[in-house]
Amino acid sequence: MKLSALQQSYLGRRSNSFRSSGPLDSSSDGAFKSPAAVFWLVLHGLSCLISLLLGFRFSRLVFLLLSTSSTYTSPFHSPTELAKTLDIRSVIPADPVGNVPLPFPNKTATNSRVVVGRHGIRIRPWPHPNPVEVMKAHRIIERVQTEQRLQFGVKDPRKIIVVTPTYVRTFQSLHLTGVMHSLMLVPYDLVWIVVEAGGVSNETASLIAKSGLRTIHVGFNQRMPNSWDGRHKLETKMRLRGLRIVREKKLDGIVIFADDSNMHSMELFDEIQNVKWFGAVSVGILASSANIDETVVEKRGEEENPRMPVQGPACNVSNMLAGWHTFNTLPFAGKSAVYIDDRATVLPRKLEWSGFILNSSLLWKDGDKPEWMKDIDTLDGDIESPLDLVKDPSVVEPLGSCGRRVLLWWLRVEARADSKFPPRWIIDPPLEITVPSKRTPWPDTPPELPSHEKPVIRIQEPIIKHTTKTRTSRSKRRSKRKHDETRTDRGTTGFDKTLQN
Amino acid sequence: MRKCLWLWGLLFFALGFAWSITAERNPCTERISGSAGDVLEDDPVGRLKVYVYELPSKYNKKILQKDPRCLSHMFAAEIFMHRFLLSSPVRTLNPEEADWFYTPIYATCDLTPTGLPLPFKSPRMVRSAIQLISSSWPYWNRTEGADHFFVVPHDFGACFHYQVTDSSLPRLAGILPILRRATLVQTFGQRNHVCLNEGSITIPPYAPPQKMRARQIPPDTPRSIFVYFRGLFCDVNNDPECGYYARGARAAVWENFKSNPLFDISTEHPTTYYEDMQRAIFCLCPLGWAPWSPRLVEAVVFGCIPVIIADDIVLPFADAIPWEEIGVSVAEEDVPKLDKILTSIPSHVILRKQRLLANPSMKRAMLFPQSTLPGDAFHQILNGLARKLPHPKSVYLNPGEKILNWTAGPITDLKPW
Repeated sequence: MKLSALQQSYLGRRSNSFRSSGPLDSSSDGAFKSPAAVFWLVLHGLSCLISLLLGFRFSRLVFLLLSTSSTYTSPFHSPTELAKTLDIRSVIPADPVGNVPLPFPNKTATNSRVVVGRHGIRIRPWPHPNPVEVMKAHRIIERVQTEQRLQFGVKDPRKIIVVTPTYVRTFQSLHLTGVMHSLMLVPYDLVWIVVEAGGVSNETASLIAKSGLRTIHVGFNQRMPNSWDGRHKLETKMRLRGLRIVREKKLDGIVIFADDSNMHSMELFDEIQNVKWFGAVSVGILASSANIDETVVEKRGEEENPRMPVQGPACNVSNMLAGWHTFNTLPFAGKSAVYIDDRATVLPRKLEWSGFILNSSLLWKDGDKPEWMKDIDTLDGDIESPLDLVKDPSVVEPLGSCGRRVLLWWLRVEARADSKFPPRWIIDPPLEITVPSKRTPWPDTPPELPSHEKPVIRIQEPIIKHTTKTRTSRSKRRSKRKHDETRTDRGTTGFDKTLQN
Repeated sequence: MRKCLWLWGLLFFALGFAWSITAERNPCTERISGSAGDVLEDDPVGRLKVYVYELPSKYNKKILQKDPRCLSHMFAAEIFMHRFLLSSPVRTLNPEEADWFYTPIYATCDLTPTGLPLPFKSPRMVRSAIQLISSSWPYWNRTEGADHFFVVPHDFGACFHYQVTDSSLPRLAGILPILRRATLVQTFGQRNHVCLNEGSITIPPYAPPQKMRARQIPPDTPRSIFVYFRGLFCDVNNDPECGYYARGARAAVWENFKSNPLFDISTEHPTTYYEDMQRAIFCLCPLGWAPWSPRLVEAVVFGCIPVIIADDIVLPFADAIPWEEIGVSVAEEDVPKLDKILTSIPSHVILRKQRLLANPSMKRAMLFPQSTLPGDAFHQILNGLARKLPHPKSVYLNPGEKILNWTAGPITDLKPW
């Protein structure tokens, strides 16, 4: 009876129910001892034991060795009716050349394609992603998403006109690349008006040419002054210059001001499509906080957590414009940066231009525009804030769920005014001399280093010895260095060390 | 002459205007012209009459009271169909004028502690109910059940002994013998299978409509998942080699595409399952132990194109819904080429399928809502029953004539319930 008990347990396991079902009463009479059945049971028990010892499924290995099929299918077993019926038939031995399925009787009715029994798991020879298919799938996804945007996104999207004042300096590449990449992702038509102080330069032109966007690059014939105040004033004039271009060319769309050091979210471009005439969004102000940490944190010890200041429209309960959030400059009184080189906090203006959005038809000479819009030709650049463009500030539309969503961030980080950088960030001619440093910042490495001249020059990324670009207004900590050279060579040694390790 | 021309011009203009108004101009959805011609919107009221037998509550209400989980699992259609019929205008209290007779038995409500139904006592229950109705009313004996219908939403329909498919044991295999003349409304559908009678109506499994409606995400969320599937690939408790479960198809999907970033497939149970489906373009609906699954309903409701991997499956309301135009059918042997099959579908076809799925009547036809809506699955069942009318003369038997074998089946099934 041990045999039938084995069979019973086997049947109980193999029966189709993942439910803890009671066995059918009539199953107990099913066992009979044919020699083939006994043989297969013994073999099965043996392979089970071997699998237990080895720790993996032994039968798979056997079939792998026996099978000569190229498609890697685990071969078709003989129809083990054990699973589907209650009486055990004599089992047809498995064909070692597993590819050919044995003709076994259909358990289901006639003419069915479906075969009951154990099936092999079909795996193709290289079960990994096919790059061609992946690309096709991505194109399908893009097409579906375009369709979704057409159906559920903004109806009749208007062209976006971006006005960016810029000038050639060390950090220009960093900032302008960020803005450029954001604009390249915008799904709507775009025109980028870049106004450059100091005239049109190849530097800027080569940068913005990489974007593939439609750009209008104009020069402004004044050099950027060294003080933050002067810089803000000049930028205002440059923006007005950009607006004049919109007027001259009668560009149609939505005008936004993208300062090159700001960070824009993609939702911003979706939200500004809702503007009718003149809108405002909330701008998060990331005044560089490295220096205010010590002083401000002490002061605010008892208050609640210092929240990031936000500039933008303030609404009352009925979602109407009630006022403006502006930046609180009191904590920084006397400690803000005046010159670009200063290592103090750079403060924003009361209201930043980048938080305002205009309908371009407001700027045209003729055409129907509301009477509260001033003519930009009559203004002359002495504008404090963009609200001076309108006669009545209450007509401004608050966007971004009434100013509650912050859609872009303002940050000013610049290098020293006299810092130099390789033109277009290309090292030409290549560096000649590199001197290894005598000290390394890693304490567990030996202090003395042999001087490898050649490998170091070969491997390292080009580091300019003369640049002071890392000495920003925030890097007060690094001012303790003695030599510029030492510091840059530390960088060199750093690369060196990583290679040795 | 000029007047004529002017008149003709006006006529053309008017016609064009009228045509443009009446034509379906909604770009988001597309009307499904079913194979039977827009039958999804048919109204069954007035086309048939259903008489509901008053059975003692031990067949329905008492079972439900014992286990209220029956109201939310995927077999809940039998309970909701009963409730729908009790208050529907197609119900008649006069059995003489009824076209169809309904017997409210909750055969799938005997649940294990983990919530899975045990159908082993169902034959006795059904048998005892039919003995009751055949002795209390003359209508069963008149046709031996041919104008009666039963809702049997279990895995294999009315094959309560589903493990048995061997023809050498006919007393066990197949549909319960006394139900063989009745119309079965079931979720199971597979061509040329003993558990699917000719003339059965295939319905979708129950999926909770309120839960699905509550978890909808904004429609402008871009669909960024290419293929999505959550579920078992291998039922290790019952089939460790994975060769029996799903006829090896699910295991093949896993083995071939587990490393493919386009296929978001796994066995996890995420809390964001419904939301993820709304962000996917294709949703796999492979067979399991039985060919049907609630994934089809979920895919249709969430606008994800169903990829049906089940040979010979009969999909719900197949005579009313053109499934080939809405979903993608992949043979089990073609599973290793699934990525090639899906990427080779032209994008205009994919967009059309999405528009068909977005049609609200399509989504309604798959659901069993609490308070009935026009065009929902209850109405589709009644439409299906109405399409089978009028009954052919052959269903009516001569008095005393017996076709069914009442003693067929194992001894245990013949015990009273």
